[in-house]
Amino acid sequence: MHVAKTLDEVAEENHLTKIGSVTLQIGEVSGILTDYFIDCWDYFKVKHPVLKECVMKLEMINAVTFCEDCKQEYETVKYGRICPHCGSEHTYLVQGNECTIKEIEASDG
Amino acid sequence: MKVIELHKSVTESNDRDADKLREELREKGVFLINLMSSAGSGKTTMLSRTITDLKDRVNIAVLEADIDASVDAERIAALGATSIQVHTDGMCHMDAGMTREGLNNMDLDGTDIAFLENIGNLICPAEYDTGASCNVMILSVPEGDDKPLKYPLMFKSSDALLLSKIDALPYFDFSMEKLEERVRYLNPDIKIFPISAKTGEGMKEWEDWLLEELATWKRG
Repeated sequence: MHVAKTLDEVAEENHLTKIGSVTLQIGEVSGILTDYFIDCWDYFKVKHPVLKECVMKLEMINAVTFCEDCKQEYETVKYGRICPHCGSEHTYLVQGNECTIKEIEASDG
Repeated sequence: MKVIELHKSVTESNDRDADKLREELREKGVFLINLMSSAGSGKTTMLSRTITDLKDRVNIAVLEADIDASVDAERIAALGATSIQVHTDGMCHMDAGMTREGLNNMDLDGTDIAFLENIGNLICPAEYDTGASCNVMILSVPEGDDKPLKYPLMFKSSDALLLSKIDALPYFDFSMEKLEERVRYLNPDIKIFPISAKTGEGMKEWEDWLLEELATWKRG
């Protein structure tokens, strides 16, 4: 799992002995199933000594789409790809597809 | 406990590894192409035809990735091309580390082009950089012209789209115009090649493009 690998590297760079928590920012339409993601994390973390007690915290980011024709924003999940203001298909996702490691809480023993 | 702000993409470690693999392959002189599509779109059939058509001009190797079985690698090996089967053991995509491991187990001496035949699905293979220098996807006519609407990322991240099984066009309500419009909206620069690996239609245009891409890559 790439999160664990990245954190192992961060721990080494910063001489950390223990990472207590990791906060991830997850977009609403990133396709990540948060319950499964945390289950998966709990399974993987024990294989990494610095991460043994690391709790995963998730911050959700709302999905927002922008319409290129009427220049307005709308909620992606509610309306999908078609703009509810003008009916245009020429829309793109502004935010909501994220999966970023925001921060960690750690001690350097 | 102290807080360290990172703001790193979760795929960052893979992205770095992919860049490293691209450099390694540059040194070996192997042009790696990541071939993606759904299951049953005709990846292996298209590759078999391409290998046969180009066998006197370039050496092609194939890294077959599947969850299980080795029927695809056997089909490619039967043509005399170097091939290896990687079992992902349930994983639905290949990342750079897995790709390197597969390639390290192949004899790539004299190989010009290596195809990574990714796991058959239109979703997660598009999210991971494999270390390839070129991404090619296949969409087959029976899958329908609405796929760019449902799986936009794969269409966005591909350099070329092979529209396969065009010999079946008369039997499906498939609109080439709609497909092209939907694909171009996501990716204006993508090359689109309608092909039939069965009748050979369109194969020459795809193979010529492939040779050109190889030449461009070799020039660095």
